[in-house]
Amino acid sequence: MNGGLLLAALGTSLLAAVVIFLLPERAFRARTGVNLGAAVIKLSLVAWMVWGLRLGHEYAVAFPVLEGLPFVLRADALGIMFAGLSSLLWLFTTVYAIGYLEDSPNRKRFFGFFSLCVASTLGISLAGNLFTFLIFYELLTLSTYPLVVHRGTAKALAAGKVYLRFTLTAGLVLMIGMVALYALAGDIRFGQREILAGLGPEHQPLLVGLFWLLVAGFGVKAALVPLHGWLPRAMVAPAPVSALLHAVAVVKAGAFGIVRLVYDIYGIELSAELGVLHGLVAVAAVTIVFGSLRALAQQELKPRLAYSTVSQVAYIVLGVGLFGPLGTIAALSHLLHQGLMKVTLFFCAGNYAEELGIHRIDELDGAGRRMPLTSLAFTVGALGMIGVPPVVGFLSKWYLGIGAIQAGMPWVIAVLVTSSLLNAAYFLPILGRLWFRPGPDHGVGAWPGERRLGRFETHAWLLVPTMATALFSLMAGMLAGMPFSPLEWATQVTNAEYLR
Amino acid sequence: MSVSSAASLSTEVVLLLWLTLLVPALLGALAWCFPPRRMLPVLLIGAPLVLATLWLLHRVSVSGEFQGTWSPGGLLLHWRLNGLAGLLLLLTQLLLLASASYAVGHRQTFAVAERAYAGFWPLLGGLAVALGLIWVADDLLTLYAALELMGLCAVGMMLLPGKQEALVAGMRYLLYALVGSLAWLLGVALLLGASGRLDMAGLAANAAPGPVTGIAMALLAAGLLLKAAVFPLHGWLAPVHVSAWTPVSALHGALVVKASFFILMQLWQRLVADAVAAAWLLGLLGSLAVLWGGLQAWRADALKQMVAWSTVGQLGYLMLAFPLLAGTSAAVASLAWQATWLQLAGHALAKAAMFMAAGNLVLATGERHLSGLAGISRQLPLSLMTFGIAAVTLMGLPPSAGFTAKWLLLQAAILAGQWLWVAVLVAGTLLTAAYVFRVFRFAFAEDAPHHDVRVLPAGLDLIALLLALSALALGLGAEWPLALLREGGRP
Repeated sequence: MNGGLLLAALGTSLLAAVVIFLLPERAFRARTGVNLGAAVIKLSLVAWMVWGLRLGHEYAVAFPVLEGLPFVLRADALGIMFAGLSSLLWLFTTVYAIGYLEDSPNRKRFFGFFSLCVASTLGISLAGNLFTFLIFYELLTLSTYPLVVHRGTAKALAAGKVYLRFTLTAGLVLMIGMVALYALAGDIRFGQREILAGLGPEHQPLLVGLFWLLVAGFGVKAALVPLHGWLPRAMVAPAPVSALLHAVAVVKAGAFGIVRLVYDIYGIELSAELGVLHGLVAVAAVTIVFGSLRALAQQELKPRLAYSTVSQVAYIVLGVGLFGPLGTIAALSHLLHQGLMKVTLFFCAGNYAEELGIHRIDELDGAGRRMPLTSLAFTVGALGMIGVPPVVGFLSKWYLGIGAIQAGMPWVIAVLVTSSLLNAAYFLPILGRLWFRPGPDHGVGAWPGERRLGRFETHAWLLVPTMATALFSLMAGMLAGMPFSPLEWATQVTNAEYLR
Repeated sequence: MSVSSAASLSTEVVLLLWLTLLVPALLGALAWCFPPRRMLPVLLIGAPLVLATLWLLHRVSVSGEFQGTWSPGGLLLHWRLNGLAGLLLLLTQLLLLASASYAVGHRQTFAVAERAYAGFWPLLGGLAVALGLIWVADDLLTLYAALELMGLCAVGMMLLPGKQEALVAGMRYLLYALVGSLAWLLGVALLLGASGRLDMAGLAANAAPGPVTGIAMALLAAGLLLKAAVFPLHGWLAPVHVSAWTPVSALHGALVVKASFFILMQLWQRLVADAVAAAWLLGLLGSLAVLWGGLQAWRADALKQMVAWSTVGQLGYLMLAFPLLAGTSAAVASLAWQATWLQLAGHALAKAAMFMAAGNLVLATGERHLSGLAGISRQLPLSLMTFGIAAVTLMGLPPSAGFTAKWLLLQAAILAGQWLWVAVLVAGTLLTAAYVFRVFRFAFAEDAPHHDVRVLPAGLDLIALLLALSALALGLGAEWPLALLREGGRP
């Protein structure tokens, strides 16, 4: 038992938020220092716990809030995996956001809530029971609202309203489900699957009902169709926020909640016995195809990426629904893979918008020659999403496919193939425009709003994180067999899940 | 479990209790003659009262309930100090201290007449005595006296601004309060005639269930509901807050209306604990209050009016305790009991913080209306942040006392199978979010012009922020107060 490390990791971002709120708006250097320092410290703390977990150490801390209902933080393999992803991407996104928001107003508010948002994500990953999970899940809603409406335009404020309507209602649904589950079975720590399994058959209809109630609550953040309506609208947020929302924070929190629910509360066997997994696969399949179709219809870059997220996050849910270790490996590893690839794509979209003023896809013609490194990163991300080896997305789809066969649901392969074709249909034309179409022939200045940011093709603070996450997406695919790769970690978690 | 291990009367507890109850009156009189000019002396003089209350609470947690009698001039008056009374006393002392300090800072920025400002202090002292007596009183006579004192002090404080609208609203409040007192007095007379006793324990033992007790309780309840501004008797509440001074609004919304609820709950548990139908009626009134108060707050144009209407709605949650306590299993009743007082304490802290934050926004910008606050997040981030943190508790989002209380209340409702209250809680939460985030939709707008903002003393923001944060802390640190509540306090 070693809770200090957990509290330190969580406290780092909370403290960063407080310090940033206390610093004056103009204290740019100090704020940058706090931001980066906190991100690096947190990443090292999480890395330390990753290592400690391998050595068999335990990290947990708990104190009672209500009679029989404790606040629990605990680092298990699954949680620390998500924590690692969020800390890594926080570092890159912070660097990116510092560059992106240079000279724009309200940076203090932005970075304060940004840190709170990351603290909530870490809390979600390290929560040890549903009660603690809910606390951070709702905190995430609150801390992302100011980020979504950051621009303060009428459109942003309207999007914020829609965002709150969806997420607050979902939070309530979730709370009712959790209270009911608590009233039924008491406090369940993540991993105590025997509690619900031992309730006896007379409670099974109720358990099925509660399962769907909770999935509905999680499904809003995970943007499962038909609960995805807030996501494309939230695209008005600045690019680093979109990146964070789509790769680690909000959407992933919902998906992670479903993962926790199925594996650590109900347990995969009970879920299969209750027959809820088929429903989950069906919802995921519909979401995958629907998201891809809608993405195809978008003419602007960020909305296309948004609908692509709807589709891609459903892969995680699909993997969860496939009963069997391969499906689990696919789900868990895609949690990480999608984060790496999606954050890269959003960084690129931000780079195009900042440097060249490009928002629409048809404005991208020839941008590859003007911004080769960004376009290279975009290509890596896009190929990964389609599932082209050796980028890491290929592995997710491979495991999903054989997982589907193992689970006796070969029709899922058809969904995967359809989705991959659709992915190709909406990403390849972009790549074609980037690399093979001539740019504006009037020379410099013909982009919608070109600015010269920095010595490189764009500002170094924007370029470096983009390249780094693209590199990680490539490496995670090519070195998938190495220790501590996402796939290897997911396999470890899965083994623990099925062999217990 | 009514008389828990009647601990032997220890003199120092009695002495300290009466000191804590009566010293505020003395301080109030002193401040009347020498109105304080700075916050620090007020804080330093008030802090020992808080410490004394903490010590009393500690004694209660060690040795259980204290009780005793007091006979001035042939009357026999009863008092008792249990976990609940101690906690409410602590809450009161904290909020009084915060409001008193805030009032000093308020005067520094807001031009008020010297006489009116001096008059604030004895009224505050009187209010403190009245509230303290209400928490510890154990007979109807003391309660009556304390209730009247509280009502008069509250009306007096509302009248302090001296403006036309303050006078009109204040006089209406006085009228309502007097009608409430009349109903209360009739009820007391009926009970006295029927059972010949006025102390709670005696009443509970002697009052036979029957029409007389029923009618008496109905009269008492009506009077108290009127004073507590429970739907549909809430009409006086919102207008009095419009022109009232911020520290007065904060105290009123946080404590004064809840004192009547507290008395009602005590009486109800003693006299008609099993009246399920009547309890459901109260629960339904509470539900309507949640909906109507939320709706009116959502429609309100002025910031302070919104906060006042929010009080009407939030009081409705407390009323849900009656049906959950009547005729339900011990587990449900225990959950509902804890939820109620946690909700009360959380709301008191958050509402005081919210009134202060709203007051700061109004004071700094000179704008009363929500639309006047457009773009204010750029200029008054701290006040807005405080408003937001207080709102977290009101919405019942984690980590806050409001959230923990809602969890308990939901659990109680689900266990009891009373699904209606689950729906009410959902609707109330969403309505609260709707009106709270209206403020932020204005505040976060970027296309609005800059305001001419007055610089406020840092203390004003700090006090509000501390109150708002303590409402959050109460959410995660609920175990200590709830353990005290479980020990005793439920008749």
